[in-house]
Amino acid sequence: MKYQSAFEMIGPVMVGPSSSHTAGAVRIGNLAREILNEEPRSVEFRLMGSFYETYQGHGTDLALLAGVMGYSTDHPAVSEADKRATEVGLVYTFKKEHLGFFHPNTVAVLLHGDRHNVDLIASSLGGGKVEVQELDGLSIRFSGEKNTLILYHADQQGFLAKVSHVLDSEGYNIARLSLERWRRGGYAITVCEVDEEIRGDLLEILHTKVSQLKDVRVVRSL
Amino acid sequence: MSFTHLHELIRMADEKQTSIANLMLEVEIEQSLHTEKEILERMNRQFFVMEEAARKGVETPVYSRTGLTGGDAHRVGAYLKRGTSFLAPQTLQAMSFALSVNEVNAGMGRIVATPTAGSAGILPGVFISLLDSGRYSREDLVRALFTAAALGLVIANSASISGAAGGCQAEIGSATAMTAGAIVELGGGTPTQVGHAVGLALKNSLGLVCDPVGGLVEIPCIIRNGLHAVTALAAADMALAGVKSVIPADEVIQAMYAIGNAMPESLRETGLGGLAATPTGKALRERVFGKKVETE
Repeated sequence: MKYQSAFEMIGPVMVGPSSSHTAGAVRIGNLAREILNEEPRSVEFRLMGSFYETYQGHGTDLALLAGVMGYSTDHPAVSEADKRATEVGLVYTFKKEHLGFFHPNTVAVLLHGDRHNVDLIASSLGGGKVEVQELDGLSIRFSGEKNTLILYHADQQGFLAKVSHVLDSEGYNIARLSLERWRRGGYAITVCEVDEEIRGDLLEILHTKVSQLKDVRVVRSL
Repeated sequence: MSFTHLHELIRMADEKQTSIANLMLEVEIEQSLHTEKEILERMNRQFFVMEEAARKGVETPVYSRTGLTGGDAHRVGAYLKRGTSFLAPQTLQAMSFALSVNEVNAGMGRIVATPTAGSAGILPGVFISLLDSGRYSREDLVRALFTAAALGLVIANSASISGAAGGCQAEIGSATAMTAGAIVELGGGTPTQVGHAVGLALKNSLGLVCDPVGGLVEIPCIIRNGLHAVTALAAADMALAGVKSVIPADEVIQAMYAIGNAMPESLRETGLGGLAATPTGKALRERVFGKKVETE
């Protein structure tokens, strides 16, 4: 992925000590929280070998926790996220696990809320840049750098046509689109990045006009 | 346009008779759909964060969370007041500011990655010392941050800015080159002179390995930021004096990339080789992590 913006070289504003181990970890936590779309009750982090070995020294554990609690990369309370988590009753665990052939700084986040769960694998690529590798067991890639719609739906003909029709008529430009499914006619997830800010009414319109749609989550750009 | 070759950037600036900073701003406006004012304001807010981190550790000692490092920015600041230093006071001040940023970083304080957290001291160190010199306004300096960004993009897109991928040269070296080039433009140098400053600064960082003790962004990262703030100032002066980088900057960047690829993994942010593997390095690691960490 090429770097494009001045703010990727001068930025992000973050609490230290490491853009990949701290800022990137906060962003991964943020992504999981946004996809969950409710207050998390418990979370399990499984870290790849090298990420696990140094996580305490870099505050990666605090950063991941801060992220799922919705703190930004520059929030002064990142360094005491463990205490805050205990205060708000968020149960957390950290484990070491080989997750597969990913970037060494990769973590699996299993987040539980009252109504939803999110099962996410994401990598911290350096300089605070992150990339989701898997969502709910499907190989789905996105960075959260653009406004992103995550559409949970049944795999049926015409789904993308309806979605793109709605987006077009509501004035959205699709920057990137990818669909993954478990099997034909089964459960599928489509990730759609758009250039515009996502307005609240779009989700209602999508639910009304796209019958195959089961759920939508929004990840807002940085 | 994409930022991949410095010679293209220099040619474009010459053709349009504009600065590299302005070219970067134009691209940022086009890509982000924000106005110039909004973009400059965002950068200005980041500049305030840089300033806060640069002054904090000079005013009062700041220590890392692990307790391995800290207080050096304050020491250099106090020494500076004695008036007996070898370096010119302003240069030593840049060093103290750079140290401070990385001490704040190691203490889980707030910094701006420039381009990374591990190399976040060099650019603010130099820029805040220039702000204090009274020779440049805050607006001038904020604009020069866009020069630094453009140079960083070229290096990131054609080589790397990650210590894990390219060694310390990719972080400290890139930050030094970005800073040197940016202040050459600030000081009235031509785009070609900016290119020479990048080449000169980067050449002096080639081969620098990433060997942090315990894998932590502390030893030797903090010290390297302090010393390379001085290198950035020196490279800028060299370029403004008319010294040329005989090997063109784009080729130096390619050399850095090739050297990074040739570096063994033990010297690329794994905390296994170099200073990390010294007896003291290993003992400090054990002190922090409380147990013997198996080497992979």
